[in-house]
Amino acid sequence: MNSLFPFESLGDAHRTLGLGLAVLFGLGFGFVLERAGFGRAQKLVGQFYGSDMTVLKVMFTAIVTAMIGAVILSGAGLLDLEVVQLKYPTYLWPMIAGGLLLGAGFVVAGYCPGTSVVAAASGKLDGLATVGGVMLGSLAYAELEPAMGAFPNSGRLGVFTLPQWLHLPAALVVIVVAAIAAAAFLGATWIERRLAARQLAAEAPAARTRSGAGH
Amino acid sequence: MKNPDRFWNPYLAGVALGVVLLSTHVVMGHGLGAASASFRVGVAALKAVVPEHVQAVPGLASVVETRPALDNWIVFEVLGVVLGGALGALSAGRSGREVLKGATFGSGRRIALATAGGVMMGFAARLARGCTSGQALSGGAVMSVGAWAFMLSVFAGGYAVAILVRRQWR
Repeated sequence: MNSLFPFESLGDAHRTLGLGLAVLFGLGFGFVLERAGFGRAQKLVGQFYGSDMTVLKVMFTAIVTAMIGAVILSGAGLLDLEVVQLKYPTYLWPMIAGGLLLGAGFVVAGYCPGTSVVAAASGKLDGLATVGGVMLGSLAYAELEPAMGAFPNSGRLGVFTLPQWLHLPAALVVIVVAAIAAAAFLGATWIERRLAARQLAAEAPAARTRSGAGH
Repeated sequence: MKNPDRFWNPYLAGVALGVVLLSTHVVMGHGLGAASASFRVGVAALKAVVPEHVQAVPGLASVVETRPALDNWIVFEVLGVVLGGALGALSAGRSGREVLKGATFGSGRRIALATAGGVMMGFAARLARGCTSGQALSGGAVMSVGAWAFMLSVFAGGYAVAILVRRQWR
């Protein structure tokens, strides 16, 4: 079994159905991102200032959830995990360089590409500006790619997964990732609380002065 | 009364997001994405204005090889993201035309930074073969080493420059 909609090989009628499903999956994706608070730049960048670790919590919970589901469904024969993994080959160096640049762009823009669409859809003009910027940047990449030589294809490891790298069964990798995520959540919450307490302590004297002036 | 500052519990939102992602993997055979849709809209616009140029640049020509640039799964998925985002914001009382920024930072400068960050991410997402959605989330969930290296790099890149652009939130 491949997937229910092996998209590239679909006939026209199935293709139309596939595009309709794409809208539905996107709708679910956009709605959840919005409800998580990801249409708001301050909530997203709070991750990088330690004040609001929602990005880490939502993202890693989502990955662990989907990972557990993928391993279970794959074991039950309902998902061909290896076929999905073919879509995510590893090119180590461009992925690390791209990740660093994308992370920097995330903090400068206040959104990542997906969440900028959500922000734009809720009327945030800075989100709309980011959507336009992503378009320009991706076109610029296509123009400059020939000048980058072999770099975009460097560090090519093909389909290379965590279980292959660690020589561990997939189920064990999922457990390890879930445990690391849980530890990260505890750490993130601890940082949030510490920063909130420090902020409160910094504001407290000012608040006393203000209320004192009324007496 | 609706409180626009109330969001879903992050862990519940994460489980919901994971279920959407897993369903996409199971039904479509691949995950979600975002940046490629903007790219395809851009290529379609270029094709309308300077078709010869699109054919001359390999990275642009490959997108319009078999079908029009917009006739692609990811374009429709992101159309759904627009609908879902609008639906979520409207029903939570968070929709409205505004520029999100700190009280003492100018709107023009905030728009300039939002655009510049977008340009950086658009470039980066093509280089890394995906963005936070299409690579980190979707590839990470199926345990791709490259997707995990990308994701950790995104956090590293963000923390490295955060201090430089903090003023826009003050």
